[in-house]
Amino acid sequence: MKISIASGKGGTGKTLVATSMAVSLASPEASVTIADCDVEEPNSYLFFPDRTLLERKKFHVPVPVIDEKKCTHCGKCSEVCAYHALAVLPQTVLLFPELCHGCGACTIICPEKAVSEGSRSVGEIFRARSNDLEIIWGELALGEARTTPLIKAVKNDAWGKMVIVDCPPGTSCSLVESVRGTDFCLLVTEPTPFGLYDLDIAIKVLEKMNIPRGVLVNKSGIGDRKVYEYLEKKNIPMLMEIPHDRKIAELYSQGEIFAEKMPEWKAEFVGMVHEIEEMIS
Amino acid sequence: MKQIAVVSGKGGTGKTSLVASLAALARGRAVYADCDVDAPDLHLILQPTIVESRDFFGIKRASIDDSKCTRCGSCQEACRFEAIHDFQANLALCEGCGVCKLVCPADAVALTESLAGHAYISDTRFGPLVHAELFPGEEASGKLVAMVREMARILAASKKLDLVLIDGSPGIGCPVIASLTGVDLALVVTEPTITAEHDLERILDVADHFGINTAACINKCDLNPEAAKRIESLCQERAVMIAGRLPYHSSVAKAMVTGRAVVESGGPVAEAIKEMYSFLEKQL
Repeated sequence: MKISIASGKGGTGKTLVATSMAVSLASPEASVTIADCDVEEPNSYLFFPDRTLLERKKFHVPVPVIDEKKCTHCGKCSEVCAYHALAVLPQTVLLFPELCHGCGACTIICPEKAVSEGSRSVGEIFRARSNDLEIIWGELALGEARTTPLIKAVKNDAWGKMVIVDCPPGTSCSLVESVRGTDFCLLVTEPTPFGLYDLDIAIKVLEKMNIPRGVLVNKSGIGDRKVYEYLEKKNIPMLMEIPHDRKIAELYSQGEIFAEKMPEWKAEFVGMVHEIEEMIS
Repeated sequence: MKQIAVVSGKGGTGKTSLVASLAALARGRAVYADCDVDAPDLHLILQPTIVESRDFFGIKRASIDDSKCTRCGSCQEACRFEAIHDFQANLALCEGCGVCKLVCPADAVALTESLAGHAYISDTRFGPLVHAELFPGEEASGKLVAMVREMARILAASKKLDLVLIDGSPGIGCPVIASLTGVDLALVVTEPTITAEHDLERILDVADHFGINTAACINKCDLNPEAAKRIESLCQERAVMIAGRLPYHSSVAKAMVTGRAVVESGGPVAEAIKEMYSFLEKQL
């Protein structure tokens, strides 16, 4: 089973929930993996300082290579490129690799067969183990704009009976790629106007993608009641509430997993996952 | 004209609450741009009256004309994004590259632009705001950010205002790069947590990569004094100025719930933001 943890608004507690859920479920038989798909700012692994790194590999995407000997500077590759990644000048062809989506159109269209495909690294994938947990994460290289190929690769590399996907904030392509193919999405929100506004957009994305969903309200007590009214009106299950508690915030700030330090919460997380299992079966 | 972008790396460190307060202090002297187009929240405090709305067209997407399709399967084979199944394009996966159209022998594929959101020019109690709405799940947020920034620049020039204040999105990818390009200062909002600390380094690296000046604001600075100290020394090592230190206080959430900027409601955080505003004014 794959459960994605998403939010819309940043900083609502996705990583806090993903790490606590993972340690609550962990056992040799459960084979739990955290797949951190927030490749711009991966954080889950920071909560496992005792981790052993098992694997670290570069992640590559295709990119055109122009054979200047064969190129006649006809400009067709530049015309066909939907992403403005190629500019053909009278004497040379300029490539802007960060803009390239690796679609292969330039290779197909070139009448001189002057465009072949190479590859370039846009980030790295890491795999580590901490006790009964496996943690896998992607790290986008600095200055790179496109996240989705790396997110997809991280998800493909995550195995285990239970995969917990820690998603990036936002509601556009990075979120869509992270939640795609997951069996259930747990949205973490906070009961504030910002939390609610962004939750509603994220819910619309999940409705469109037809992914079963539920909500966890974090920092309850901090704001107002509107999130609860919204969930009731939309008939979206509220699966858990975590109170707004300075102690939890302090534990998080120190890199402690709060369900480890406040173990009474472990049963809550296990119970929530059972509820999710029942909802989707 | 000067442009300041408020960014963070990690989400939820307080960018929007801070921008709303800076806007209250800059009242009448700046244009505000909400560049967190996929989770925009600044309007919840600024409560804009929309003056002008423009359509935003995202990427083109493929559609296959069933009556022309000969079911040869060339498009499906050529598509790198696994966006074609059973001779139909899946719009959610299509990246609009046009390879399918290129390889189709029957001229059955068309690429069409679709409406992906709106950009708005609005009036607010603090001055003009440019903001946007990206339809849920759409791509090309970077392109919409660029549109919002262009509109904000033109608006500032026409109103003879010399500051554009940008509310950025979390992360370091496409929309963040679009928010940072060409700004005079990136104000990075961080907090003393191990995650924000890690993300601060990444966003500072990205700003350096693009040659952008940075200053830091440490929010919730008393939550974890040890981590706050580490952030201070990191900033010192990297020659990043500390623009301000804000305490952890309930007045921030309370202001948000009532639709007000923190400096409009008062309290210790409001005082610290006022100090920071004077610092920023001197910097520019």
